[in-house]
Amino acid sequence: MAYLRAFGSWLPSRRVSNREIASLVDATPEWIVEVSGIEERRYASDEDTVAGIGLLAAQDCLEKAGATAAELGMILVASGSSDRFCPGPASQIASGLGLNATPSFDIPVASAGSLIGLALAAKLAPSAGRVLVVGTEIMSRRINLTPDGKNSAILFGDGAGAALVDAETGFARIADSCLYTDGASAETIFVVDGQFHMDGSAVIMQASRKIPRAINELLARNGIAAAEVEAFLLHQANLNLIVRVATAVKAPRERFFTNIARYGNTSSASLLIAADEWHSAQATAPSGPLIFSAFGTGLNWGALLALPR
Amino acid sequence: MEPKARILSVLQRVTGKETSPGTDESLFVSGLLDSFALTDFVTGLEEEFGVTIPDSDLSARKFDTITKVESYLASRA
Repeated sequence: MAYLRAFGSWLPSRRVSNREIASLVDATPEWIVEVSGIEERRYASDEDTVAGIGLLAAQDCLEKAGATAAELGMILVASGSSDRFCPGPASQIASGLGLNATPSFDIPVASAGSLIGLALAAKLAPSAGRVLVVGTEIMSRRINLTPDGKNSAILFGDGAGAALVDAETGFARIADSCLYTDGASAETIFVVDGQFHMDGSAVIMQASRKIPRAINELLARNGIAAAEVEAFLLHQANLNLIVRVATAVKAPRERFFTNIARYGNTSSASLLIAADEWHSAQATAPSGPLIFSAFGTGLNWGALLALPR
Repeated sequence: MEPKARILSVLQRVTGKETSPGTDESLFVSGLLDSFALTDFVTGLEEEFGVTIPDSDLSARKFDTITKVESYLASRA
């Protein structure tokens, strides 16, 4: 068994408005809202590091869980914007938590990395005990804030999220997941030489089909109707895409939690930041199924189902 | 019904417009399709023509005009 026990997050204090971005990329603030639903995003300071902000989210998660780092059996860290390719931020976060022998691994997959982390954590928790999943990104250092990089630069923000998956206790049981990879379209979204590149149109088209397919697969496999799902927690890529997914799976739009208007697309951190905000706003434990889903570099995509205890 | 007419029928259903673009007119430049609408268009074509269009073919270049759509579908037949 594996349970969702707690989430955590950390966001930089610096707010970057559409007006500030628009002037750099030859766009208008209104156009940015129209094509993405984003009104502002957060940017890290020059002193912040991908591992450093990931550590802050990890500490927030452990505090909310009432757990200590010493209880962790494993750490999985997703990032597509790590300061150093190898080793990535996982070992630094473990060290920051005071751990010097706990297995800690990187998942260098932008956007979908934390979903992969959650799905792997659910498989590994029965032997590892408690698995901390972290998604941490400073995407503002990977984008091109000029008219040439407009379509990507308007989207991204910085932040970190975390989740504690526990073999014994939690507020929802991870019941099922599906993960997929299709390298044939890897060139539509990638990071090379420290710069993020994306064919936005191709990515939207791929995600518009793949995310609903993954969600519907899990729902069908578990005999659950979309209308029964209490909350859909998705990678916050683009508000229009999320609305699109809601229509495709025939679920009410209001069941899809979104915070992309305030934080932009924080890549692999966004799923866990959204989950943390959603969970913190709940007065009681969930009484219905929860669906997580993400899509990102690789291409990698999938979904995860959690059921109330 | 001829393939062109069937393609146009799918396009009209997806866009909700009684449109009749020229066979070589860009469906994107004309504003009839965007990335989201193309996904619906492709799904509609799959249903209408009984073909499976792989995700890797989801490119605006392949579905930019009625002529290109017709050629693509002929290649999948």
